[in-house]
Amino acid sequence: MDLNLTPEEVAFRDEFRAWLQANVPRDWAEWREKPLEESFPYLRAWQRKLHEGGWAAVSWPKEYGGRGATLMQQAIFWEEMARLEAPPMANALGLGLIGPTIIAYGTGAQKKRFIPKILSAEEIWCQGFSEPNAGSDLASLQTEARLVDRHYIVNGQKVWTSYGWVGDWCELVVRTDPTAPKHKGLTVLLVDMKSPGVEVRPLRQMTGESEFNEIFFRDVQVPAENVLGRVNDGWNVAVSTLMHERGAYGARLIPIFRRNINRLIELSSVTQRNGRPASLDPVLRQRLAQCYADVEIMRLNQLRAFSRITATGAPGPEGSIQKLFWSELNQRLQQLAQELLGPYGQLLGSDAHAIDKGIWSYGYLRSRGNTIEAGTSEVQRNIIGHFVLGLPRSY
Amino acid sequence: MQFGLNESQEFLRDSARQFFAGECPIAKVRRLMETDAAFDANLWAKFAEQGYTGIIFPEEFGGVGLGIVELILLMEEAGRALLPGPFFSTVVMAGSLLDTTATKEQKRKYLEPICRGQRRATVAFFEAEGSWDLADVRLIAVNGRLQGEKLFVADAAVADWILVVARNGVFLVDAKAPGIRVKPMRGMDLTRKLYSVQFDNAPAEKLGETTGLARPRAIATAALAAEMVGGMQRTLDITVEYAKTRKQFGKPIGIFQAVQHQCADMYLETESARSAVYYAAWALEHHAPDAAAAVSIAKLYASDASRTVGNRGIQVHGGMGFTWENDLHLYYRRAKASETMFGDATFHREQLARLTIDAEAVSAQRA
Repeated sequence: MDLNLTPEEVAFRDEFRAWLQANVPRDWAEWREKPLEESFPYLRAWQRKLHEGGWAAVSWPKEYGGRGATLMQQAIFWEEMARLEAPPMANALGLGLIGPTIIAYGTGAQKKRFIPKILSAEEIWCQGFSEPNAGSDLASLQTEARLVDRHYIVNGQKVWTSYGWVGDWCELVVRTDPTAPKHKGLTVLLVDMKSPGVEVRPLRQMTGESEFNEIFFRDVQVPAENVLGRVNDGWNVAVSTLMHERGAYGARLIPIFRRNINRLIELSSVTQRNGRPASLDPVLRQRLAQCYADVEIMRLNQLRAFSRITATGAPGPEGSIQKLFWSELNQRLQQLAQELLGPYGQLLGSDAHAIDKGIWSYGYLRSRGNTIEAGTSEVQRNIIGHFVLGLPRSY
Repeated sequence: MQFGLNESQEFLRDSARQFFAGECPIAKVRRLMETDAAFDANLWAKFAEQGYTGIIFPEEFGGVGLGIVELILLMEEAGRALLPGPFFSTVVMAGSLLDTTATKEQKRKYLEPICRGQRRATVAFFEAEGSWDLADVRLIAVNGRLQGEKLFVADAAVADWILVVARNGVFLVDAKAPGIRVKPMRGMDLTRKLYSVQFDNAPAEKLGETTGLARPRAIATAALAAEMVGGMQRTLDITVEYAKTRKQFGKPIGIFQAVQHQCADMYLETESARSAVYYAAWALEHHAPDAAAAVSIAKLYASDASRTVGNRGIQVHGGMGFTWENDLHLYYRRAKASETMFGDATFHREQLARLTIDAEAVSAQRA
């Protein structure tokens, strides 16, 4: 056990910190308030800049344009990004989930065709997994693909697709063998979103934004060479993507959660409660301290998971623990913010009295989705129960 | 950065697990808990042979010179075995207090026999009107004599020396000296016996100032939290095993999500407490600036989580979990006693608030 950064980790941090200080855009604060449709070209340009510096996909192997960064270096990367309030990258799913899946399962030609443009944000990727009747039970999905000559003909509907509105390409899970058991008849296709028959509709969520989309496929032709992995082995390919989704994402949230709890602590000394600063209110002190402790434990759980993955070589179901922990913690944190801010907590960014430009009212509503997206808390508990504790499968 | 155990740490953990499984199985725990002091001299001699009684103390006083992380691993295994008797009070509480406050001569005289397994000791802190806060300690030594009473003194009946925290310093009294009266307090944890100790003009030797108390207390608090993690792990293991074998409606109950999700939460809570405890140990070992906060985080989380894990475990067991025959209540009792020792979650959240919120308020005022 050695929790100091190694010399290599310090060197990595210092190099990235120096690069970031020289290159991070200074006007992100003005842009972040705008709708994503408007700021998207800005985020593409920022990712291009990171890519030119060699920082767009630090976790990827060097031969594919990454740095072969260890998990710890990835955590350092996100911590530095948060510390300098750097904008996010445009192709978040391409870099974080789909690129690594293509690297793991793609053919040489697929890697050559897709990887460089994921890095440069020239092609934005989205993920076509969930369907109206296949949420937690993802393997029951019905979007079908029939092979006709050298093309798959795709028909069906996907939902909850992030970046669907701006996506150039989609990692699409389809059913290619309706007679096989549900996990065995699936295949992953790489689909050009500009193909005839693809229709993208915005899905307005309870925050008022449209982060997600519905996508309809009507007789969409996908060349057979765009199968990722083997035909009818799509479940394993898709699970690999989901593991990436659950595994590394927590590390990106830690600096954000820490900034949020530190901000609440700061606000508690300028917020009045019963004739004195809220920071002196014994109940709120307890709540703030508990939340501070929980954020720290989230960080420590992540570091222990990283060490375990590094030792065993593969991300396992531990990702479910992180997902469960961070999503429920964020809901507690946002509720605490509401209690601390009282009636101000509800104010939207457009209100002149809003605190911190309305991030707390937005955060409260947005966090409601955290225990649902990327695998519900119930599904994560099933995964822990079955795959970690060895209890019989309940479904 | 590497947050896993190294080979020698894994070896220590595994051999401790084996040692406790062989020397202190649950049947023996049950036998010992029915005795007055829950003490087994034979077992104590074996601890000393293993080097456990001197684990973190300098070799010049007969110790083994290992670090706090190693101590925490040993305590976790002791917790898993529900080890009864004065190991925690003698080695962790009294030993660390001697190690940080006593003079060299005093260490030779008191710490060395502890390391060698020849003597036992405990620490008396809590007073009738007091709390785990040092500011609430009222007892004062006058002319080398103590007058008053301490409560919740662990394992005092089998201690040769009692280390007493007074307002004007840390003192050592011989448990057999005139003017010392040790009376059992009947607590729900049957495996760690508690006592009241009355001092009637009892002669006391000063070891050092109370300013030296912070570190040994932090070490003891982290070690206690580690012991709680061991108890949580054992409760989880017993419960998962039961959920796999107990059948209702023709199926193992672990197949039902209402049961499975309880187990998943037990796992999450146990692992989270373990992360917090390991970090606290490392931070103490390396005198990290956030060590005090890390210890409070570990104790506050473990205090709530060990109770919750116990609740879930018994609930999953149904009626069986409520029986005397089932072992879960033994862990449940220990968890409750440990929850309040050195401050419960509420106490440590306030400690953490002082370190974080108040520090923030001070820096905001300066700015």
